[in-house]
Amino acid sequence: MRNLLLASAVMALTAGAALADGTVRMGTEGAYPPYNFINDAGEVDGFERELGDELCKRAELTCEWVTNEWDSIIPNLVSGNYDTIIAGMSITAERDAVIDFTQAYFPPDPSVYVALSADVDVSSAVVAAQAGTIQASHVAASGAALVEFATPDETLAAVRNGEADAVLADKGFLVPFVDESNGELVIVSDDVMLGDGIGVGVRESDAELKAKFDTAIASMKEDGTLNTMIAKWFDGMQAGY
Amino acid sequence: MFSFCTDPSALDGLDWLACYLTNGKHMAFWASFGTVILLLLITAPVALAFGFAGAIAARSHVLPLRLIGRTYTAMVRGVPDIVFFLFAPIAMDQGFEWLRHKAKCPDWDAPIRQGNDFVVCAEAKLPLSASPQWVHETYGFTLAVIAFAVVFGAFAANVLFGAMRAVPHAQIETAGAYGMSERQAFWRILVPQMWIYALPGLSNLWMILVKATPLLFLLGVEDIVYWAKELGGAKTSLFAYPHPDWRLYYFLGLLVFYLGLTKVSEVILARLTRRLSHGQATVAGEAQRKAAA
Repeated sequence: MRNLLLASAVMALTAGAALADGTVRMGTEGAYPPYNFINDAGEVDGFERELGDELCKRAELTCEWVTNEWDSIIPNLVSGNYDTIIAGMSITAERDAVIDFTQAYFPPDPSVYVALSADVDVSSAVVAAQAGTIQASHVAASGAALVEFATPDETLAAVRNGEADAVLADKGFLVPFVDESNGELVIVSDDVMLGDGIGVGVRESDAELKAKFDTAIASMKEDGTLNTMIAKWFDGMQAGY
Repeated sequence: MFSFCTDPSALDGLDWLACYLTNGKHMAFWASFGTVILLLLITAPVALAFGFAGAIAARSHVLPLRLIGRTYTAMVRGVPDIVFFLFAPIAMDQGFEWLRHKAKCPDWDAPIRQGNDFVVCAEAKLPLSASPQWVHETYGFTLAVIAFAVVFGAFAANVLFGAMRAVPHAQIETAGAYGMSERQAFWRILVPQMWIYALPGLSNLWMILVKATPLLFLLGVEDIVYWAKELGGAKTSLFAYPHPDWRLYYFLGLLVFYLGLTKVSEVILARLTRRLSHGQATVAGEAQRKAAA
């Protein structure tokens, strides 16, 4: 009896195989508002959710969202646990050596330093950044003391509790926190331009998927929907695509 | 959850809290406590079975078996847990997919390893890309159980191996004198008596297992530590329930949970020790006999 059940379960699973083509698993971090985050209902939400769903619609793909730790987000892509990374990941030469990127769907990120007081000298202070980000590389190269954290949220918490003097992260992520901190947090630098924009990461062997997303992004740039979407999620920001 | 939760921004005080603690995200948090308990309940017996098999293999008269048993315990005990947990599930996953790939897509001509990429045909994916999310989660959870069972099984094997040796040799000799075969003596004399010697070691292992469950997070299973971190982080007004950094409270909650779990375990283990000591030629067994007499 148990074997029978097992056999029918196996058959049910293999029957699904025929439908396997076409489902694209979208990998994201789910901890970087407003790019991507887990909303109060426990679902992936944010700019990239809306963008990704629209891209899938235009490319006529069925998409499913999965979350993964930032640290292991690239290894899990190349080992095939999901098919894309759409997690505010800037296009850099180092990452491009391991995975492929579509064209940028978000302009080169302006990053900013945020601290508790305006007189922090960011070139010699202790600066928090998320591990494995372009901001972390930038801080390391700038001569400041870098402290790395696994999630964006922890970098900000480190500044609040005094563990770090300042945090360097994407402006789009930091500004809402600064605005709602009642003056506790301040922006202490001009925009720091890093990276070549944000693109969708795909496996290097997955040229077909990359082409589909490239076309979809291009069409969204053309008809202005991408600009509207960026303005909606990033407080009226002008992307200029 | 409650009818008054439709507009969270209009709420305050207890109503707000009631709605906050019952939103979708918190439901996932509460459910993850079940995940942790389930992991413990499944892993413990499986790890014990691994350990028992390992201990028997390590005592075997057959040389290859003995080597397998000893290598298993020595190797797994020697490798740091984190390295093992990061490596084993990915290796297992790719191993399974490779086997399925060979069986299901014999006419696939592209290489499986393309640079960094591990590419198998869509039908060989485990689980299939089209499978619903719960299948993926169950699969990840199963890999986690196997990884935990292999690691804790190796420690259990060592404990049981020692416990089997601790049973007084005279017992086995007497069994032989009564005409029992080696097999009978093992199952009827040695195994029932070894548990009392194994229990201190096994109870330590259980406690370590309880505390090791946050490693689930490394394996991509969304456990209580993941959710505590996610829920506790500061939330802007982008969320329906904005709040400052509350991780301290969430982690205090976890502290209470883990302390409670270990306390319950201690009580149960103490009872088990009392039962297993009964009639044994140990100090505790002797004390029980004297108290009864």
